[in-house]
Amino acid sequence: MPLYHTEDQAMLADTARQFMADEGNIAKQLRHYRDINCKDGFGHGLWKQFAELGFTGILVAEADGGLGMGHVEAGIVLEEVGRNLTPSPFLTSSVMAATALGQASDELKGRYLPGLLAGDSVFAVAIDEGPKHRPERIACRAERAGNGFRLSGAKSFVVQGGSADMLVVAARTAGSDEDDAGITLFAVPKDAAGLSLENARLVDSSQAAHVKLDGVQLDADAVIGEVDGGRDVLNRVIRAGRVGAAAESVGVAQGSFDMTTTYLKQRKQFGKLIGEFQALQHRAAHLYSELEIARATVIKAQQLLDTGSEKADLMVSVAKAKAGKAAGLAVKEGVQMHGGIGMTDEYDIGLYMKRDRALAEFMGDLYYHADRVAKLSGY
Amino acid sequence: MSDLDAFRAEIRAWLEENCPAEMREPARDEDDVCWGGRNFKFKNEAQKLWMERCAAKGYTVPEWPKPYGGAGLDPAQAKVWREEMNRIGARPPLSSFGIWMLGPALLKFGTEEQKVHYLNQIARGEIRWCQGYSEPGSGSDLVSLQTFGEDKGDHWVVNGSKIWTSYANKADWIFCLVRTDKANKYQGISFLLFDMTSPGVSTKPILLISGNSPFCETFFDNVTVPKHQIVGELNRGWDVAKYLLGHEREMISGAGGNDRLNTIGAFAKRNGLEDPILRAELAMFDVDALAFTAMGEKFLDEIKVGKAHPAQPNMMKYAGTEINKRRHELLMAAGGSAALEWESESSNGGSKARNWLRTKANSIEGGTSEVMLNVISKRILDLPGA
Repeated sequence: MPLYHTEDQAMLADTARQFMADEGNIAKQLRHYRDINCKDGFGHGLWKQFAELGFTGILVAEADGGLGMGHVEAGIVLEEVGRNLTPSPFLTSSVMAATALGQASDELKGRYLPGLLAGDSVFAVAIDEGPKHRPERIACRAERAGNGFRLSGAKSFVVQGGSADMLVVAARTAGSDEDDAGITLFAVPKDAAGLSLENARLVDSSQAAHVKLDGVQLDADAVIGEVDGGRDVLNRVIRAGRVGAAAESVGVAQGSFDMTTTYLKQRKQFGKLIGEFQALQHRAAHLYSELEIARATVIKAQQLLDTGSEKADLMVSVAKAKAGKAAGLAVKEGVQMHGGIGMTDEYDIGLYMKRDRALAEFMGDLYYHADRVAKLSGY
Repeated sequence: MSDLDAFRAEIRAWLEENCPAEMREPARDEDDVCWGGRNFKFKNEAQKLWMERCAAKGYTVPEWPKPYGGAGLDPAQAKVWREEMNRIGARPPLSSFGIWMLGPALLKFGTEEQKVHYLNQIARGEIRWCQGYSEPGSGSDLVSLQTFGEDKGDHWVVNGSKIWTSYANKADWIFCLVRTDKANKYQGISFLLFDMTSPGVSTKPILLISGNSPFCETFFDNVTVPKHQIVGELNRGWDVAKYLLGHEREMISGAGGNDRLNTIGAFAKRNGLEDPILRAELAMFDVDALAFTAMGEKFLDEIKVGKAHPAQPNMMKYAGTEINKRRHELLMAAGGSAALEWESESSNGGSKARNWLRTKANSIEGGTSEVMLNVISKRILDLPGA
C-alpha cells in the first residue's frame, strides 16, 4: 500500500480542511470557549456538526451505524483539528472510546453508540493514575459484588472527563498493580453513585478531570470485552489514542510552521525581510525536513494499524515520539522566530506552543516512547 | 488473490530459488558491493551468480523498460520487489552510478539509440561509470566549472580536471560536465560521455582520512570526444546535470534501504550496553532512524507517481546523511576501544573506524547539507532572497 492518501481519503481531507478552517478555527472555538470560561472547553454545536459530517462514526463499524473507516481517515480529521487547535471530544470519544465500544456487547453498543454517532454524547477514557502515562501499572480495583462489580481507586488527568456522559475505565480484577493480565474495562455512566470528578483546566485550556471511584457499583453488563482479559482491548484503545494524538501533533506542527514561514515573508528588520537571513532559512528548512519525516511515520503507523500488522505497535510508538519531537521543534521555533509578538496572548503562535505541550504528554511523551522502541527492539 | 498478491508470490518464489544464501547478508563495506564493469573482480561465485541471474530477468534495474534491460515493473510492483528483497535481507545484485544516476538521466534526456546502447550495458553490469562534476575551484559552486571542450567540427577536444571523482580509477566510462561556451555560465555547459581509456585521460587516487581512496583527481589532456556522445542539447547540460543530481541525492539519502540496518540499539547490545545514557541516546536515534525509513518509503511511493515535490530529494539527502553520520558516531561509542582498531584481523581491517570516517563525506558529497538547506529554503519554502 503506497504511503499517500487514496482519492477517497484526499476528498475527506478536503472536506475536513474546509470545515475546520471555517467552523473550527481559533477565533470561533478555542479563544471563544476559553474566554467565556466554558467548563467543557469546547462547543457542543461544533460537536453536532462533526456528527452531521459523519466524523463521529469514522471508526464505528458499518454494522453499528458508523462509516467503518480506519485510522488513516480518523487521522485526517485529527490533523485538521491540530492545525486549527480545535477543541473537541473527537479523540477521546470517536477514536479511543469508539475503539473500546467496538469490542463491547451489542447491549453496550446499543446504549452508547447512537449518542456518539449523533454528536449528543461525549466519552472519556480513564487509564492513567498519575501525572505520567503509565498504562502498564493499573492499581484501580474492581471487585465482584452482587450481580456485578464494585470499583475503587483514582484516575488522573482524564481528558474531557468532566463533560463525559460515560467513562471507559481500566480497572484491575486480578493480580497485582504491575501485572499485564487481570485488567477489565468498564463503561461507567457519569451519574454512577460513588463517582466524583474534580476538573482541572490545563495550560492549553483543555479540561481534564481527576476521577475518584469510591465503591462505584456496576452491573456485570458494564464490562467491555472479557473479565480479566481487558488488556488486549486496552492496548487497542491506547494505540488508537497514540496514533491519533500523533496525527493531531502533525497538524499542530504544520499550523505553527505555516504561520511562521508566512511571518518570515512579511516581517522586515535591518531593511530586509527576515526570511532573507540564512540563519533563519536553515532552521526553517531543517524544521520542514523534520515535519515531513513525522508525517511519514504517522501515515505508516495508521496503515499498519488498519491492516492489523504485527509491526504496528512499534511504528505507533515511533510516530508518537517523532511527531511530538517535530511539533515541539515547530512551536519553539515558531515563538522564537516571531520575536516579541510570539510572547503575546493576542497572537496565535503561543496557543500552538501550549497545545503541543499537552499533546506531547498525552498517551506518552517522547521519552516514554523512545524507551518503548528500545524495549520492542530488544534492548 | 489480487494481481499484486500473485506477483508477490511469484517474486518470493523466484528469490527463494535464485538468491544465494551468501547474498542474504547485508554488505559489510564497499568491498562487498557488486559494482560490475570491464575490470570488476567478483568477490565470490555467489556474487557473480546473483548478478547474472538478476540481469537475465531485468531485476538489476526492475523499473526500467524491458528494451533497455529492465523488467518493466510499475511502481506498485517495484515496491513489492523491494519489500521482498528486504524481507530476506538480500543485497542489491548490482550497484552502480550507471543505475542510480546516469540511467535516470538517459531515460529522460537520451536519444533512443543512446538508451538502447548504454542502458543495456548498465543493466548487465558491463560498463562501470564515474561522474565528472566537481573541480578544484568548483565545489558547492558547481556551475563555475572550467573544464573546456573545444569544438573541432565532428568532435570536441576536452581539457581540464575534475576532483572527488568516485572510483575514477576503476570506471570504464565517465559522464562529465564540460564547458562548451565560456560566455554563458548556466547555458554554456554540455553533458558528455566518454571512455576512460581515451588517450589523454588520467586519474590519481586521493588518500582520505579513512585510509581508503574511493575518490580521485581526474585529468583531461586533449581528450577527443565524438559529437554523438552528448546527452541532451549543446550548452544545455546543466538541465541534465541538475536532474541527475536529484537522483544522486536520492541515492546518497539511503531511501529504500534495508530497515534491518536502521535500528542500532539491538546491535550495540551484543557488546554489552551498560551505560543507561548511551542506551537512551541509541533509543532516541532509533526513533529517528525508523522514522526516516518510513520517510524513505513514502518518498519513493510519491516520487514514482509525481506526488513528491521536485526538490524533495534535497530534503532526503539532508536528513538521510545527517542520520547516517549520527549512526556511526553512536556505533563508535557503543563499540568502545574495539571500534578504534585500524589494522587487525578481529576488526575486519578496521571497518568500524573506517566506515565512521567515510560517513563524514556523506553530508558533503553530492551537495553539502548547507546547500541542501539553501535549496529547500528556495524551492520548497519559497523564502525571500534564498
